[in-house]
Amino acid sequence: MKPAPFRYADPGTLDEALAVLSAEGEGAKVLAGGQSLLPLLSMRLAAPTTLVDINRVPGLDSVEVTGNGVTVGALVRHTALLADDAAARVQPLLARATANVAHPAIRNRGTTVGSIAHADPSGEMTSVLALTDGAVTVATPSGPRTVEWRDLFVGPLETSLHGPAVVTSAFFPALPDRSGTAFAEVARRKGDYAVCGAGVVVTLDEDRRIARVRASYVSVGLTPEVHDLTEAVAGKPVDSADWAAAGALARTLVDPDTDIHASADYRRLLVGVLTERTLAEAAAEAAAKVTGE
Amino acid sequence: MSVDTDRTITVTVNGVPREATVPVRRLLSDALRHDLGLTGTHVGCEHGVCGACTVLVDGDPVRSCLMLAVQVDGHAVTTVEGLARDDHRGGQVLHPVQEAFRECHALQCGFCTPGFLTTIAAGLEKRDPAAELTDEEVDDMVGGNLCRCTGYANIKKAVHHAAAAMKDDAR
Ligand SMILES: Cc1cc2nc3c(=O)[nH]c(=O)nc-3n(C[C@H](O)[C@H](O)[C@H](O)COP(=O)(O)OP(=O)(O)OC[C@H]3O[C@@H](n4cnc5c(N)ncnc54)[C@H](O)[C@@H]3O)c2cc1C
Ligand code: FES
Ligand code: FES
Repeated sequence: MKPAPFRYADPGTLDEALAVLSAEGEGAKVLAGGQSLLPLLSMRLAAPTTLVDINRVPGLDSVEVTGNGVTVGALVRHTALLADDAAARVQPLLARATANVAHPAIRNRGTTVGSIAHADPSGEMTSVLALTDGAVTVATPSGPRTVEWRDLFVGPLETSLHGPAVVTSAFFPALPDRSGTAFAEVARRKGDYAVCGAGVVVTLDEDRRIARVRASYVSVGLTPEVHDLTEAVAGKPVDSADWAAAGALARTLVDPDTDIHASADYRRLLVGVLTERTLAEAAAEAAAKVTGE
Repeated sequence: MSVDTDRTITVTVNGVPREATVPVRRLLSDALRHDLGLTGTHVGCEHGVCGACTVLVDGDPVRSCLMLAVQVDGHAVTTVEGLARDDHRGGQVLHPVQEAFRECHALQCGFCTPGFLTTIAAGLEKRDPAAELTDEEVDDMVGGNLCRCTGYANIKKAVHHAAAAMKDDAR
Protein backbone atom coordinates (compact mmCIF):
# COMPACT_ATOMS: atom_id res chain seq x y z
CA MET A 1 0.00 0.00 0.00
CA LYS A 2 0.96 3.64 -0.19
CA PRO A 3 1.23 6.22 2.60
CA ALA A 4 -1.77 8.47 3.16
CA PRO A 5 -1.14 12.11 2.12
CA PHE A 6 1.00 14.19 4.45
CA ARG A 7 2.94 17.44 4.38
CA TYR A 8 6.73 17.44 4.24
CA ALA A 9 9.51 19.74 5.41
CA ASP A 10 13.25 19.21 5.39
CA PRO A 11 14.69 21.89 7.67
CA GLY A 12 18.36 22.82 7.40
CA THR A 13 18.91 23.45 11.12
CA LEU A 14 17.81 21.97 14.42
CA ASP A 15 16.04 25.20 15.42
CA GLU A 16 14.09 25.15 12.18
CA ALA A 17 13.16 21.51 12.76
CA LEU A 18 11.82 22.33 16.24
CA ALA A 19 9.97 25.36 14.85
CA VAL A 20 8.22 23.27 12.18
CA LEU A 21 7.41 20.51 14.68
CA SER A 22 5.88 23.14 17.00
CA ALA A 23 3.94 24.86 14.22
CA GLU A 24 2.59 21.61 12.76
CA GLY A 25 1.48 20.32 16.17
CA GLU A 26 0.51 16.85 17.43
CA GLY A 27 0.33 15.15 14.03
CA ALA A 28 3.91 15.95 13.03
CA LYS A 29 6.60 13.25 13.14
CA VAL A 30 10.35 13.24 12.78
CA LEU A 31 11.66 11.28 9.78
CA ALA A 32 15.20 9.91 10.18
CA GLY A 33 16.20 6.75 8.29
CA GLY A 34 12.57 5.94 7.56
CA GLN A 35 13.22 2.20 7.91
CA SER A 36 10.57 1.82 10.59
CA LEU A 37 8.39 4.86 9.92
CA LEU A 38 7.83 4.36 6.18
CA PRO A 39 6.64 0.74 6.57
CA LEU A 40 4.16 1.98 9.20
CA LEU A 41 2.92 4.64 6.78
CA SER A 42 2.65 2.24 3.85
CA MET A 43 0.75 -0.26 5.97
CA ARG A 44 -1.45 2.64 7.11
CA LEU A 45 -0.67 1.87 10.74
CA ALA A 46 0.31 5.51 11.17
CA ALA A 47 -0.90 8.62 9.37
CA PRO A 48 1.05 11.68 10.53
CA THR A 49 -0.10 15.02 9.12
CA THR A 50 3.48 16.19 8.57
CA LEU A 51 6.89 14.56 8.25
CA VAL A 52 9.82 16.63 9.43
CA ASP A 53 12.84 15.12 7.69
CA ILE A 54 16.01 15.74 9.74
CA ASN A 55 18.41 14.32 7.15
CA ARG A 56 19.62 17.79 6.09
CA VAL A 57 20.32 18.99 9.65
CA PRO A 58 24.10 19.40 9.95
CA GLY A 59 26.21 18.10 12.84
CA LEU A 60 24.17 15.01 13.66
CA ASP A 61 26.15 12.41 11.75
CA SER A 62 29.20 11.84 13.92
CA VAL A 63 30.26 9.16 16.38
CA GLU A 64 32.29 10.65 19.25
CA VAL A 65 34.43 8.29 21.26
CA THR A 66 36.07 9.17 24.59
CA GLY A 67 37.28 7.07 27.50
CA ASN A 68 33.86 7.59 29.12
CA GLY A 69 31.80 6.22 26.31
CA VAL A 70 30.40 6.61 22.81
CA THR A 71 28.04 9.37 21.68
CA VAL A 72 26.13 8.46 18.53
CA GLY A 73 24.55 11.34 16.58
CA ALA A 74 20.98 11.12 15.29
CA LEU A 75 22.02 10.68 11.66
CA VAL A 76 24.63 7.97 12.19
CA ARG A 77 23.45 5.00 10.11
CA HIS A 78 23.68 1.46 11.50
CA THR A 79 26.34 0.77 8.83
CA ALA A 80 28.58 3.58 10.07
CA LEU A 81 28.39 2.52 13.71
CA LEU A 82 29.07 -1.09 12.74
CA ALA A 83 32.26 -0.01 10.96
CA ASP A 84 33.50 2.24 13.79
CA ASP A 85 36.45 0.40 15.37
CA ALA A 86 37.12 3.11 17.97
CA ALA A 87 33.53 2.86 19.21
CA ALA A 88 33.77 -0.95 19.31
CA ARG A 89 36.90 -0.78 21.44
CA VAL A 90 35.28 1.44 24.08
CA GLN A 91 31.90 -0.31 24.06
CA PRO A 92 32.03 -3.64 22.16
CA LEU A 93 28.28 -4.24 22.54
CA LEU A 94 27.62 -1.56 19.91
CA ALA A 95 29.10 -3.45 16.97
CA ARG A 96 28.09 -6.85 18.36
CA ALA A 97 24.44 -5.84 18.56
CA THR A 98 24.35 -3.74 15.40
CA ALA A 99 25.57 -6.71 13.36
CA ASN A 100 22.19 -8.30 14.20
CA VAL A 101 20.11 -5.29 13.08
CA ALA A 102 18.36 -6.00 9.77
CA HIS A 103 20.17 -6.39 6.42
CA PRO A 104 22.94 -4.25 4.93
CA ALA A 105 20.55 -2.30 2.66
CA ILE A 106 18.36 -1.40 5.65
CA ARG A 107 21.42 -0.58 7.77
CA ASN A 108 22.59 1.86 5.09
CA ARG A 109 19.59 4.12 5.84
CA GLY A 110 18.35 3.23 9.33
CA THR A 111 19.84 5.08 12.29
CA THR A 112 20.85 3.88 15.74
CA VAL A 113 19.10 6.82 17.38
CA GLY A 114 15.97 6.24 15.27
CA SER A 115 15.90 2.65 16.54
CA ILE A 116 15.93 3.97 20.09
CA ALA A 117 13.33 6.68 19.44
CA HIS A 118 11.15 4.01 17.84
CA ALA A 119 11.27 2.05 21.15
CA ASP A 120 10.57 -1.32 19.56
CA PRO A 121 11.10 -4.06 22.18
CA SER A 122 12.34 -6.29 19.36
CA GLY A 123 15.07 -3.79 18.45
CA GLU A 124 18.62 -4.55 19.54
CA MET A 125 19.76 -1.00 20.29
CA THR A 126 17.09 -0.22 22.88
CA SER A 127 18.33 -3.12 24.93
CA VAL A 128 21.98 -2.11 24.45
CA LEU A 129 21.13 1.40 25.67
CA ALA A 130 19.61 -0.19 28.77
CA LEU A 131 22.40 -2.70 29.37
CA THR A 132 25.11 -0.03 29.12
CA ASP A 133 23.06 2.31 31.32
CA GLY A 134 22.89 4.90 28.58
CA ALA A 135 20.86 8.03 27.93
CA VAL A 136 19.69 10.22 25.05
CA THR A 137 20.00 13.95 24.53
CA VAL A 138 16.82 15.59 23.32
CA ALA A 139 16.48 19.01 21.71
CA THR A 140 13.24 20.80 22.63
CA PRO A 141 12.05 24.41 22.09
CA SER A 142 12.94 25.09 25.75
CA GLY A 143 16.48 23.75 25.33
CA PRO A 144 18.29 20.41 25.39
CA ARG A 145 17.75 17.82 28.09
CA THR A 146 19.11 14.40 28.93
CA VAL A 147 16.77 11.45 29.39
CA GLU A 148 18.08 8.30 31.07
CA TRP A 149 17.03 5.02 29.43
CA ARG A 150 14.86 4.14 32.43
CA ASP A 151 12.79 7.28 31.94
CA LEU A 152 12.62 6.95 28.15
CA PHE A 153 10.85 3.67 27.37
CA VAL A 154 7.18 3.67 28.31
CA GLY A 155 5.77 0.80 26.25
CA PRO A 156 6.09 -0.91 22.87
CA LEU A 157 6.74 1.85 20.27
CA GLU A 158 6.17 4.44 22.97
CA THR A 159 8.62 6.82 24.66
CA SER A 160 8.16 9.49 27.29
CA LEU A 161 8.97 12.18 24.69
CA HIS A 162 5.98 14.38 23.94
CA GLY A 163 5.53 17.56 21.97
CA PRO A 164 8.20 18.94 19.66
CA ALA A 165 11.40 16.97 20.36
CA VAL A 166 14.34 15.74 18.32
CA VAL A 167 16.68 13.19 19.85
CA THR A 168 20.08 14.55 18.84
CA SER A 169 22.28 11.74 20.17
CA ALA A 170 22.47 8.62 22.29
CA PHE A 171 25.26 8.08 24.82
CA PHE A 172 26.52 4.56 25.58
CA PRO A 173 28.90 4.48 28.57
CA ALA A 174 32.22 2.66 28.18
CA LEU A 175 32.62 -0.98 29.18
CA PRO A 176 33.97 -1.12 32.77
CA ASP A 177 37.44 -2.56 33.47
CA ARG A 178 37.87 -6.34 33.78
CA SER A 179 34.65 -6.88 31.85
CA GLY A 180 33.63 -8.87 28.81
CA THR A 181 30.49 -8.74 26.67
CA ALA A 182 28.62 -10.97 24.28
CA PHE A 183 25.48 -10.68 22.18
CA ALA A 184 23.56 -13.48 20.48
CA GLU A 185 20.12 -14.03 19.08
CA VAL A 186 17.83 -16.53 17.46
CA ALA A 187 15.99 -15.25 14.37
CA ARG A 188 13.95 -17.07 11.73
CA ARG A 189 16.23 -15.78 8.99
CA LYS A 190 19.51 -13.87 9.13
CA GLY A 191 18.72 -10.17 9.56
CA ASP A 192 15.13 -10.68 10.71
CA TYR A 193 13.91 -9.30 14.00
CA ALA A 194 14.98 -11.68 16.76
CA VAL A 195 12.60 -14.27 18.21
CA CYS A 196 14.80 -13.77 21.25
CA GLY A 197 18.15 -12.03 21.74
CA ALA A 198 20.51 -11.61 24.68
CA GLY A 199 23.24 -9.14 25.50
CA VAL A 200 25.40 -9.64 28.59
CA VAL A 201 28.21 -7.99 30.55
CA VAL A 202 30.40 -10.00 32.95
CA THR A 203 32.75 -8.16 35.32
CA LEU A 204 35.49 -9.92 37.32
CA ASP A 205 37.44 -8.87 40.42
CA GLU A 206 41.27 -8.82 40.58
CA ASP A 207 41.29 -12.51 41.54
CA ARG A 208 39.36 -13.56 38.43
CA ARG A 209 36.21 -14.16 40.46
CA ILE A 210 32.77 -13.16 39.23
CA ALA A 211 31.89 -9.71 40.56
CA ARG A 212 28.89 -8.69 38.47
CA VAL A 213 26.67 -10.23 35.80
CA ARG A 214 24.01 -8.28 33.91
CA ALA A 215 21.81 -9.21 30.98
CA SER A 216 19.24 -7.57 28.74
CA TYR A 217 16.98 -9.28 26.24
CA VAL A 218 15.46 -8.52 22.83
CA SER A 219 11.83 -9.42 21.93
CA VAL A 220 11.17 -10.28 25.57
CA GLY A 221 8.78 -8.02 27.47
CA LEU A 222 7.20 -4.71 26.51
CA THR A 223 10.16 -2.42 27.22
CA PRO A 224 13.89 -3.10 27.57
CA GLU A 225 14.95 -4.23 31.04
CA VAL A 226 18.24 -5.10 32.67
CA HIS A 227 18.43 -8.19 34.87
CA ASP A 228 21.13 -8.67 37.49
CA LEU A 229 22.19 -12.33 37.46
CA THR A 230 25.15 -11.92 39.82
CA GLU A 231 23.67 -13.93 42.69
CA ALA A 232 23.72 -17.18 40.69
CA VAL A 233 27.51 -17.11 40.29
CA ALA A 234 28.83 -14.43 42.68
CA GLY A 235 32.40 -14.93 43.92
CA LYS A 236 32.94 -18.07 41.82
CA PRO A 237 36.27 -18.38 39.97
CA VAL A 238 35.64 -17.50 36.33
CA ASP A 239 36.73 -20.92 35.07
CA SER A 240 34.30 -22.90 37.21
CA ALA A 241 31.24 -20.66 37.24
CA ASP A 242 27.91 -22.42 36.71
CA TRP A 243 26.51 -20.48 33.75
CA ALA A 244 23.54 -22.84 33.51
CA ALA A 245 22.49 -21.63 36.98
CA ALA A 246 22.61 -18.04 35.72
CA GLY A 247 20.52 -19.10 32.73
CA ALA A 248 18.00 -20.74 35.05
CA LEU A 249 17.79 -17.60 37.16
CA ALA A 250 17.25 -15.48 34.03
CA ARG A 251 14.33 -17.70 33.02
CA THR A 252 12.56 -16.90 36.28
CA LEU A 253 13.09 -13.15 35.91
CA VAL A 254 11.73 -12.56 32.40
CA ASP A 255 8.12 -12.20 31.33
CA PRO A 256 7.95 -12.85 27.58
CA ASP A 257 4.78 -12.76 25.47
CA THR A 258 3.33 -15.17 22.96
CA ASP A 259 2.96 -13.92 19.38
CA ILE A 260 2.82 -15.43 15.89
CA HIS A 261 6.58 -16.03 15.91
CA ALA A 262 6.94 -17.91 19.19
CA SER A 263 5.19 -18.89 22.40
CA ALA A 264 6.12 -17.31 25.72
CA ASP A 265 7.46 -20.69 26.91
CA TYR A 266 9.73 -21.07 23.90
CA ARG A 267 11.05 -17.54 24.43
CA ARG A 268 11.73 -18.29 28.09
CA LEU A 269 13.62 -21.41 27.04
CA LEU A 270 15.69 -19.33 24.59
CA VAL A 271 16.43 -16.79 27.36
CA GLY A 272 18.01 -19.63 29.37
CA VAL A 273 20.00 -21.05 26.46
CA LEU A 274 21.23 -17.69 25.13
CA THR A 275 22.12 -16.48 28.65
CA GLU A 276 24.25 -19.52 29.38
CA ARG A 277 25.96 -19.32 25.98
CA THR A 278 26.66 -15.57 26.02
CA LEU A 279 27.81 -15.51 29.63
CA ALA A 280 30.45 -18.18 28.96
CA GLU A 281 31.69 -16.14 26.00
CA ALA A 282 31.69 -12.82 27.86
CA ALA A 283 33.42 -14.38 30.89
CA ALA A 284 36.18 -15.81 28.70
CA GLU A 285 36.72 -12.36 27.23
CA ALA A 286 36.86 -10.75 30.69
CA ALA A 287 39.23 -13.45 31.96
CA ALA A 288 41.63 -12.86 29.08
CA LYS A 289 41.74 -9.17 30.03
CA VAL A 290 42.44 -9.84 33.72
CA THR A 291 45.21 -12.29 32.83
CA GLY A 292 46.67 -9.72 30.47
CA GLU A 293 46.68 -6.97 33.13
CA MET B 1 10.62 27.02 6.09
CA SER B 2 8.38 25.56 3.43
CA VAL B 3 6.02 22.74 4.31
CA ASP B 4 4.92 21.16 1.03
CA THR B 5 2.50 18.67 -0.47
CA ASP B 6 4.25 18.59 -3.87
CA ARG B 7 7.81 19.24 -4.92
CA THR B 8 9.91 19.41 -8.04
CA ILE B 9 13.08 17.37 -7.67
CA THR B 10 16.22 16.90 -9.73
CA VAL B 11 17.88 13.50 -9.52
CA THR B 12 20.74 11.99 -11.47
CA VAL B 13 19.37 8.63 -12.50
CA ASN B 14 21.85 6.25 -14.15
CA GLY B 15 24.07 9.20 -14.94
CA VAL B 16 21.32 11.33 -16.51
CA PRO B 17 19.85 14.37 -14.70
CA ARG B 18 16.08 13.95 -14.49
CA GLU B 19 13.42 16.29 -13.17
CA ALA B 20 10.02 15.37 -11.82
CA THR B 21 7.20 17.02 -9.93
CA VAL B 22 5.83 14.61 -7.34
CA PRO B 23 3.50 14.55 -4.36
CA VAL B 24 5.73 14.42 -1.26
CA ARG B 25 4.24 11.05 -0.29
CA ARG B 26 5.52 9.44 -3.53
CA LEU B 27 7.83 6.52 -2.73
CA LEU B 28 11.12 6.48 -4.62
CA SER B 29 10.14 3.08 -6.08
CA ASP B 30 6.95 4.55 -7.58
CA ALA B 31 8.72 7.68 -8.80
CA LEU B 32 11.23 5.55 -10.69
CA ARG B 33 8.56 3.33 -12.22
CA HIS B 34 5.71 5.73 -12.83
CA ASP B 35 7.18 9.22 -13.06
CA LEU B 36 10.43 8.28 -14.81
CA GLY B 37 9.27 5.16 -16.66
CA LEU B 38 12.06 2.97 -15.32
CA THR B 39 10.17 -0.25 -14.64
CA GLY B 40 13.30 -2.34 -14.06
CA THR B 41 12.96 -1.65 -10.34
CA HIS B 42 10.40 -4.15 -9.06
CA VAL B 43 8.02 -3.67 -6.16
CA GLY B 44 7.15 -6.68 -4.04
CA CYS B 45 6.27 -6.09 -0.43
CA GLU B 46 6.49 -2.31 -0.06
CA HIS B 47 7.74 -2.57 3.49
CA GLY B 48 11.41 -3.32 3.18
CA VAL B 49 11.36 -7.10 3.52
CA CYS B 50 11.75 -8.55 0.02
CA GLY B 51 14.54 -6.45 -1.47
CA ALA B 52 13.13 -6.47 -5.01
CA CYS B 53 13.09 -2.66 -5.09
CA THR B 54 16.74 -2.20 -4.04
CA VAL B 55 18.53 0.60 -5.90
CA LEU B 56 21.81 2.40 -5.25
CA VAL B 57 21.64 5.89 -3.78
CA ASP B 58 25.03 7.58 -4.05
CA GLY B 59 26.44 4.08 -4.58
CA ASP B 60 24.91 2.36 -1.56
CA PRO B 61 22.11 -0.22 -1.78
CA VAL B 62 18.85 1.01 -0.22
CA ARG B 63 15.20 -0.02 -0.40
CA SER B 64 13.52 2.37 -2.82
CA CYS B 65 10.16 1.54 -1.19
CA LEU B 66 11.50 2.96 2.09
CA MET B 67 12.59 6.32 0.75
CA LEU B 68 10.49 9.21 -0.40
CA ALA B 69 11.23 10.51 -3.89
CA VAL B 70 11.76 14.00 -2.41
CA GLN B 71 14.61 12.61 -0.30
CA VAL B 72 16.80 11.88 -3.35
CA ASP B 73 16.60 15.47 -4.63
CA GLY B 74 20.19 16.35 -5.58
CA HIS B 75 21.44 12.76 -5.21
CA ALA B 76 22.47 10.04 -7.66
CA VAL B 77 20.38 6.90 -8.13
CA THR B 78 21.44 3.76 -9.99
CA THR B 79 18.76 1.28 -10.99
CA VAL B 80 19.19 -2.09 -12.70
CA GLU B 81 18.91 -0.24 -16.03
CA GLY B 82 22.13 1.57 -15.16
CA LEU B 83 24.32 -1.45 -14.41
CA ALA B 84 25.34 -2.23 -17.99
CA ARG B 85 28.49 -0.46 -19.07
CA ASP B 86 29.59 1.42 -22.13
CA ASP B 87 31.66 -0.85 -24.39
CA HIS B 88 33.39 2.21 -25.98
CA ARG B 89 32.20 1.06 -29.39
CA GLY B 90 28.80 2.71 -29.25
CA GLY B 91 27.11 -0.18 -27.48
CA GLN B 92 26.82 -1.62 -24.01
CA VAL B 93 28.11 -4.68 -22.19
CA LEU B 94 26.38 -6.34 -19.26
CA HIS B 95 27.79 -5.82 -15.79
CA PRO B 96 29.83 -8.87 -14.66
CA VAL B 97 27.06 -9.67 -12.15
CA GLN B 98 24.42 -9.67 -14.89
CA GLU B 99 26.67 -11.83 -17.05
CA ALA B 100 27.19 -14.23 -14.13
CA PHE B 101 23.43 -14.48 -13.48
CA ARG B 102 22.89 -15.51 -17.09
CA GLU B 103 25.82 -17.91 -17.01
CA CYS B 104 24.82 -19.59 -13.73
CA HIS B 105 21.05 -19.71 -14.34
CA ALA B 106 20.55 -17.54 -11.24
CA LEU B 107 17.05 -16.40 -12.21
CA GLN B 108 13.80 -18.03 -13.14
CA CYS B 109 10.78 -15.70 -13.08
CA GLY B 110 13.09 -12.72 -12.68
CA PHE B 111 10.92 -10.77 -10.27
CA CYS B 112 13.58 -10.60 -7.56
CA THR B 113 16.48 -10.20 -9.98
CA PRO B 114 16.82 -6.38 -10.21
CA GLY B 115 17.20 -6.16 -6.43
CA PHE B 116 19.79 -8.93 -6.34
CA LEU B 117 21.77 -7.38 -9.20
CA THR B 118 22.00 -3.90 -7.67
CA THR B 119 22.82 -5.28 -4.23
CA ILE B 120 25.52 -7.66 -5.46
CA ALA B 121 27.02 -5.16 -7.93
CA ALA B 122 27.50 -2.62 -5.14
CA GLY B 123 28.69 -5.27 -2.70
CA LEU B 124 31.36 -6.58 -5.08
CA GLU B 125 32.45 -3.13 -6.26
CA LYS B 126 33.05 -2.03 -2.67
CA ARG B 127 35.40 -4.86 -1.76
CA ASP B 128 39.01 -5.51 -2.69
CA PRO B 129 38.67 -7.75 -5.76
CA ALA B 130 41.89 -9.56 -4.87
CA ALA B 131 40.61 -10.71 -1.44
CA GLU B 132 39.05 -14.17 -1.35
CA LEU B 133 35.23 -14.05 -1.23
CA THR B 134 33.89 -16.26 1.56
CA ASP B 135 30.50 -18.01 1.56
CA GLU B 136 29.67 -16.10 4.70
CA GLU B 137 30.29 -12.79 2.96
CA VAL B 138 28.03 -13.88 0.12
CA ASP B 139 25.27 -14.90 2.55
CA ASP B 140 25.48 -11.51 4.23
CA MET B 141 25.36 -9.75 0.86
CA VAL B 142 22.25 -11.48 -0.47
CA GLY B 143 20.55 -12.44 2.81
CA GLY B 144 18.24 -9.43 2.66
CA ASN B 145 16.74 -10.35 -0.72
CA LEU B 146 14.00 -12.90 -1.15
CA CYS B 147 13.75 -15.22 -4.13
CA ARG B 148 10.87 -17.68 -4.32
CA CYS B 149 12.08 -19.55 -7.41
CA THR B 150 15.74 -20.43 -7.48
CA GLY B 151 16.51 -21.74 -4.01
CA TYR B 152 19.51 -19.35 -3.89
CA ALA B 153 22.15 -21.95 -4.78
CA ASN B 154 22.67 -20.58 -8.28
CA ILE B 155 22.49 -17.00 -7.06
CA LYS B 156 25.34 -17.66 -4.66
CA LYS B 157 27.23 -19.43 -7.42
CA ALA B 158 26.73 -16.34 -9.61
CA VAL B 159 28.15 -14.06 -6.92
CA HIS B 160 31.33 -16.12 -6.81
CA HIS B 161 31.42 -16.24 -10.61
CA ALA B 162 31.06 -12.45 -10.87
CA ALA B 163 33.68 -11.90 -8.19
CA ALA B 164 36.13 -14.06 -10.12
CA ALA B 165 35.41 -12.12 -13.32
CA MET B 166 35.90 -8.81 -11.54
CA LYS B 167 39.17 -10.08 -10.07
CA ASP B 168 40.38 -10.90 -13.58
CA ASP B 169 39.25 -7.47 -14.82
CA ALA B 170 41.18 -5.77 -12.03
CA ARG B 171 44.45 -7.46 -13.01
C1 LIG C 1 13.00 -5.49 6.75
C2 LIG C 1 13.44 -4.77 7.99
C3 LIG C 1 14.10 -5.46 9.00
C4 LIG C 1 14.50 -4.81 10.16
N1 LIG C 1 15.13 -5.55 11.12
C5 LIG C 1 15.51 -4.94 12.26
C6 LIG C 1 16.14 -5.67 13.30
O1 LIG C 1 16.42 -6.87 13.18
N2 LIG C 1 16.46 -5.00 14.43
C7 LIG C 1 16.20 -3.66 14.59
O2 LIG C 1 16.53 -3.11 15.64
N3 LIG C 1 15.63 -2.95 13.62
C8 LIG C 1 15.27 -3.55 12.47
N4 LIG C 1 14.67 -2.79 11.49
C9 LIG C 1 14.40 -1.35 11.74
C10 LIG C 1 15.61 -0.48 11.49
O3 LIG C 1 16.64 -0.79 12.40
C11 LIG C 1 15.30 1.02 11.62
O4 LIG C 1 16.42 1.68 11.11
C12 LIG C 1 15.09 1.57 13.00
O5 LIG C 1 14.15 0.85 13.70
C13 LIG C 1 14.55 3.01 12.97
O6 LIG C 1 15.52 3.92 12.60
P1 LIG C 1 15.22 4.96 11.44
O7 LIG C 1 16.35 5.92 11.47
O8 LIG C 1 14.95 4.27 10.19
O9 LIG C 1 13.92 5.72 12.02
P2 LIG C 1 12.59 6.20 11.31
O10 LIG C 1 11.93 5.08 10.63
O11 LIG C 1 12.87 7.42 10.53
O12 LIG C 1 11.76 6.62 12.61
C14 LIG C 1 11.23 5.67 13.51
C15 LIG C 1 10.48 6.39 14.64
O13 LIG C 1 11.37 7.09 15.48
C16 LIG C 1 11.14 8.50 15.43
N5 LIG C 1 12.47 9.13 15.33
C17 LIG C 1 13.51 8.72 14.56
N6 LIG C 1 14.59 9.48 14.78
C18 LIG C 1 14.22 10.41 15.71
C19 LIG C 1 14.91 11.48 16.35
N7 LIG C 1 16.19 11.73 16.08
N8 LIG C 1 14.23 12.23 17.25
C20 LIG C 1 12.94 11.96 17.53
N9 LIG C 1 12.24 10.96 16.96
C21 LIG C 1 12.87 10.19 16.06
C22 LIG C 1 10.27 8.74 14.21
O14 LIG C 1 9.44 9.86 14.39
C23 LIG C 1 9.49 7.44 14.14
O15 LIG C 1 8.42 7.47 15.02
C24 LIG C 1 14.27 -3.41 10.31
C25 LIG C 1 13.62 -2.70 9.31
C26 LIG C 1 13.21 -3.36 8.16
C27 LIG C 1 12.51 -2.57 7.10
S1 FES D 1 9.30 -3.75 -2.34
FE1 FES D 1 10.86 -2.73 -1.26
S2 FES D 1 11.69 -4.30 -0.08
FE2 FES D 1 9.98 -5.28 -0.94
S1 FES E 1 13.64 -15.74 -9.83
FE1 FES E 1 11.55 -15.77 -9.26
S2 FES E 1 11.60 -14.81 -7.33
FE2 FES E 1 13.67 -15.00 -7.78
